[in-house]
Amino acid sequence: MSIAISVDDVSKSYRKYDERNQSLKAAVLRGRRARYTEFAALSEVSLEIPAGSIFGLIGDNGSGKSTLLKCIAGILTPEKGRITVAGSMAALLELGAGFHPELSGRENVFLNAAILGMTRQETKLRFDEIVHFSGLEEFIDAPVRTYSSGMYVRLGFAVAVHTDPDILLLDEILAVGDEDFQRKCMEKISDVHGSGKTIVIVSHAISTVARLCENAVLLEHGCVSNRGPAQDVVDFYLSEAHEVVADEDNLGTRWGSGEARIEAVTICGDSTTPVNSIRSGAPITFRFACSSSTRVDHPVIGITISSIDGVQIGGVNLNATGPILKYLNGTASVELVIGDLPLVPGAYLLTATLVDQHLARTYDFRDKFLRFDVIPDSTGGDRSFETGPLSLGGNWRLVD
Amino acid sequence: MSVARKLIEKRELISIFTLRELRTKYKRSVLGWTWSLINPLATALLYTLVFSLILKVEAPVGNPSDLKNYTVYLLCALLPFQFFNSTLTTSVDVLVSNGNLIKKAAFPRSIFVLSVVMAMTLTLVIELGVLAIILLVMGNFVLPWLPLVLVLVFIESIFVLGIALMASVWNVYFRDLKYLITIALQFMFYLTPVLYPITLVPKHSEIFGTDLPVRALYRLNPLVGMVESYRAVLYDLRFPSVGTMLYTIGWSVALLVVGFWVFGRNERRLAEEV
Repeated sequence: MSIAISVDDVSKSYRKYDERNQSLKAAVLRGRRARYTEFAALSEVSLEIPAGSIFGLIGDNGSGKSTLLKCIAGILTPEKGRITVAGSMAALLELGAGFHPELSGRENVFLNAAILGMTRQETKLRFDEIVHFSGLEEFIDAPVRTYSSGMYVRLGFAVAVHTDPDILLLDEILAVGDEDFQRKCMEKISDVHGSGKTIVIVSHAISTVARLCENAVLLEHGCVSNRGPAQDVVDFYLSEAHEVVADEDNLGTRWGSGEARIEAVTICGDSTTPVNSIRSGAPITFRFACSSSTRVDHPVIGITISSIDGVQIGGVNLNATGPILKYLNGTASVELVIGDLPLVPGAYLLTATLVDQHLARTYDFRDKFLRFDVIPDSTGGDRSFETGPLSLGGNWRLVD
Repeated sequence: MSVARKLIEKRELISIFTLRELRTKYKRSVLGWTWSLINPLATALLYTLVFSLILKVEAPVGNPSDLKNYTVYLLCALLPFQFFNSTLTTSVDVLVSNGNLIKKAAFPRSIFVLSVVMAMTLTLVIELGVLAIILLVMGNFVLPWLPLVLVLVFIESIFVLGIALMASVWNVYFRDLKYLITIALQFMFYLTPVLYPITLVPKHSEIFGTDLPVRALYRLNPLVGMVESYRAVLYDLRFPSVGTMLYTIGWSVALLVVGFWVFGRNERRLAEEV
């Protein structure tokens, strides 16, 4: 098996400026450029990516996965170590990078393709295909500034996937466009893979990595903490606690009138001990601790579960069960029990709301404030039979 | 030399960026490209008004062309100087304004500077073409001299490229450079014989009690020889002095080498610093 990308003992650090003051005055006064401290984004990372495979890089924010991808792409130069790449490479860190708003779609296709390393002749040959893929035949001669953001991204992706490199680097760009276009993208990626190309994906969408990739590496604080078959790495990642509680206040926004508040939400499995991760298909309990400063009649608690990329999956509120909480004055505890959690393994975000009886007045709205992970059920790792966040379950049988 | 090979490999990207530079410059303006001709002509008109009519600066008689016209005399130096001016002011900012692209795509960063210089060079050639027509109308048979004008344009482009490479990459680290350059260019403009003939610069002058060879010092500025060469060819219809040519070529080559060296040294951290 040949190696497409070999990363050997690579270290990269950033300069963190004490004062972001890049002026000549500051330089003259201090005698040198602004002072800075070095911050290691990658330390001694080594890995090999086999040719013809789909490879995933996962990790928390700030783990160094994007830095590593940029080093491979040649955008950043590591201080130490070597990166060897066999074959042509295109890095898609942003769709439509270099698009000029005043130029037409047609001109931008040529511009973007050239940035990605295609010659004019190659672009000409594939031009019709690119335009057809983007579905923008009617608008191709209009300036790009008149495009909607969806059209912009579609044209960008269309150019990108038609550059036909030996190695394709993708950073968080799989979750773009509408569903129909996403499906087209996924098909195109499997096409590209099918023709023997190497694809490296950096993503937060853990389930995507688990589904698409053969192998993966988990980065933590700039070091490789786990490597191997993608599903194993993803399971390892999800089984670890990921600063869930620490993140609590940083995740979403919080607003509301404030007479009544959701103080905390704890997640429990079948026992009463709080957990960070829950098995797919197992029972789950959400426990809400609420409080109020004055008496609030018939408060309604609600939750919404979203995928890690922000797509709403489902929600339910207290009205489903009826008026069990007549009023809130002081503190109260309420539980929601879901018998078998219908989510596939992955990371999810919880939104909790506290509103009045008629859902008109919002006392407290905590948007995507808690992250929890769903891990594979006890039957094992292979979930390749499932797609999307919702676990449909069901039984198949043969009909004579 | 690996820089040269890389740039040749990316020649299509360079030409596409150059076209982008040219195409987007006058997008959405009614007159479009005509502006690039109106601008220098309007400036020339203004300077003629002030310096020829009010301050009574005399244009010398062309030798051997016998032409005597201040506006034309001015344009022969003004166009090359404005090329230097606008190329430098545009390229000093080009890395910062393309920061997003630098963070998202990998290709030699000098392409940004190179394409600005090329786009501006093309504009200069068109402007000089218009000037050549004006000269022909005024009776200066400039046609046989045009190849030499192109050689001068080439030398000046290399000269500007060297400075632009350094300025653009330093500006990423010291954002003040942009403003400093604007001031420096103003000094440069009046310290180059554009508005007046060099004969008005005294040969010697007493400054702080010492006798200084002012004109010789003045001539150290490589732009002096540059605009004088343009004038010799276009206005006087004669060969520029060999010494002057060698001096400017020397500067151009030196600046080009130093420019690429400085750029290469600072290129590595660009994606983090812009």
